[in-house]
Amino acid sequence: MTAVSGAGAPGGTTLFRHGEDVTARRMATPMWLRAARYWGYQYKRTWRSSVVTSFLIPVLYLAAMGVALGSLIDKHSHGVDGVTYVAYLAPGLLAGTCMQIGTNDATYPVMGAIKWMRTYLAQLAAPLGVYDVLLGHLAWIAARLAIVVSIYLAVMAAFGIVYSPWALVALPAGVLTGVAFAAPVAAFAATQDKDSAFSTLYRFAIIPMFLFSGTFFPVSQLPEWLQVVAYATPLYHGVTLCRDLTLGQVGWADVGHAAYLCALVAVGYAAARRTFARRLVV
Amino acid sequence: MVEAHGLVKRFGDFVAVDGVDFSIARGESFGFLGPNGAGKTSTMRMISCISPLSGGTLRVLGMDPLKDGARIRARMGLVPQEDSLDLELTVLDNLMIYGRYFDMPKKVIRERAEQLLDFAQLTERANDRVDPLSGGMKRRLTIARALISDPDLLILDEPTTGLDPQARHLLWDRLYRLKQDGVTLVITTHYMDEAEQLCDRLVVMDKGRFAAEGTPRQLIEAYATKEVVELRFAPGEHEDVAPSLVALAERQEVLPDRILLYTDDGDAALAEVARMGHVARSTLVRRSTLEDVFLRLTGRTLVD
Repeated sequence: MTAVSGAGAPGGTTLFRHGEDVTARRMATPMWLRAARYWGYQYKRTWRSSVVTSFLIPVLYLAAMGVALGSLIDKHSHGVDGVTYVAYLAPGLLAGTCMQIGTNDATYPVMGAIKWMRTYLAQLAAPLGVYDVLLGHLAWIAARLAIVVSIYLAVMAAFGIVYSPWALVALPAGVLTGVAFAAPVAAFAATQDKDSAFSTLYRFAIIPMFLFSGTFFPVSQLPEWLQVVAYATPLYHGVTLCRDLTLGQVGWADVGHAAYLCALVAVGYAAARRTFARRLVV
Repeated sequence: MVEAHGLVKRFGDFVAVDGVDFSIARGESFGFLGPNGAGKTSTMRMISCISPLSGGTLRVLGMDPLKDGARIRARMGLVPQEDSLDLELTVLDNLMIYGRYFDMPKKVIRERAEQLLDFAQLTERANDRVDPLSGGMKRRLTIARALISDPDLLILDEPTTGLDPQARHLLWDRLYRLKQDGVTLVITTHYMDEAEQLCDRLVVMDKGRFAAEGTPRQLIEAYATKEVVELRFAPGEHEDVAPSLVALAERQEVLPDRILLYTDDGDAALAEVARMGHVARSTLVRRSTLEDVFLRLTGRTLVD
């Protein structure tokens, strides 16, 4: 209290220097990065539980389905598309995990930052603008994806199922897959008032995609009409891209897969700019 | 610090702020008073560059809110109507995070946070989570947070709404200190006592316009008399008494439960009432307050 009770004391107080020191270094860090920094700060507190959901679960899948079930598949049909099942499955799970993280992080956290915790509003009361808030959040999601994908690729290497240096490119590819979901989902989340639509999104889009977009088995196993649907899903492109990279079977088609995902990021981001502005700037 | 001409805010067809002019000088403590829905918060949100204006001109700290929003807000502290604290983080972390939005070095934030926690009387709670804190503590933390960047202008939207009297008085004391320290304050409130305590100058808003403006003293002089006599009679009795009292006061107001006589000499009026033979159940002579001004200007009917 003494700091301020110097009210009227000569020379003022230490608390209110009206702008010298404190402001000296302002404006150096880009605004969006300041928003991203907040989410990183948050993550420090919750990373343990998020490691379980976003990393341990796919690794358990890999052990159970890739190794245990995979040995059965390999024995009976000599692997899938010429590789062992675990080598086939791992990149699929990687892309699927990226999809789930991207979607998860862009649903409840976005709604919470608007309605519950009002994090965005706090950021907007500081010098950040609405696009900084959006870009910062997406940048953080990308950073978190990069962490998860790196660990995942390391585990794959330990399993001995990384076949090519191209696998390093699977890191940005996985991040791209996740953000391709995060951006449009964030755009959608910013229009919602209740979280009930999120479980619908999961039930009818995310989980079916996870199961049928070439994650666990080649899309060619599906009836023909379903194949068309599967090829159109963003996850199919993410899965195929990651798989080609870790198996070292890279071709021009992969440029197409990446372009598809990039386009989705761009469209999602443009939509999110609109929905965020409409929701937060009134 | 703030200069507005013909400021308008529209939401679709609804006109929330209907062409107001004002200017706020450095070191001044300026209040927006008004009932709910009068347009106070909309005005504040335009000043704080959160809400784009629909018409008129506005300069804040010499800059244009539409173009220089970030630069203006970098020099401004904002206390929104609803707290936006991070409930799961600690008190200190909330200050740290907020300081980082202003890109202040961590060391500087930590130093200031210590002083501000002292100022907000939250030092003992520095490492506690925010969630279980009382409403008053959260409010003080929000104010401390808004001060982290040493702002030139502090904007407070209903700083004490919903707090108990002790918490309000503590908060007023803190805000009064800021005022003494030369921080420019812009406050909205619907509490008259708050406005009287804190505002050098204020405007009364009603339906998006300014119904009056001036210092608290000026407003009382212009819109109320020096004193007010409150008379309570038995139920049903005062409708009969009221007409005979009209001549005793500059203005008379008949409420369901009492009669108010606005006069410069309350005791004389009261003596006159007694001389006329009316026996009131209770009487009170008091000085006029801003509340009298406020109710006269914005009416007694409930707005919402």
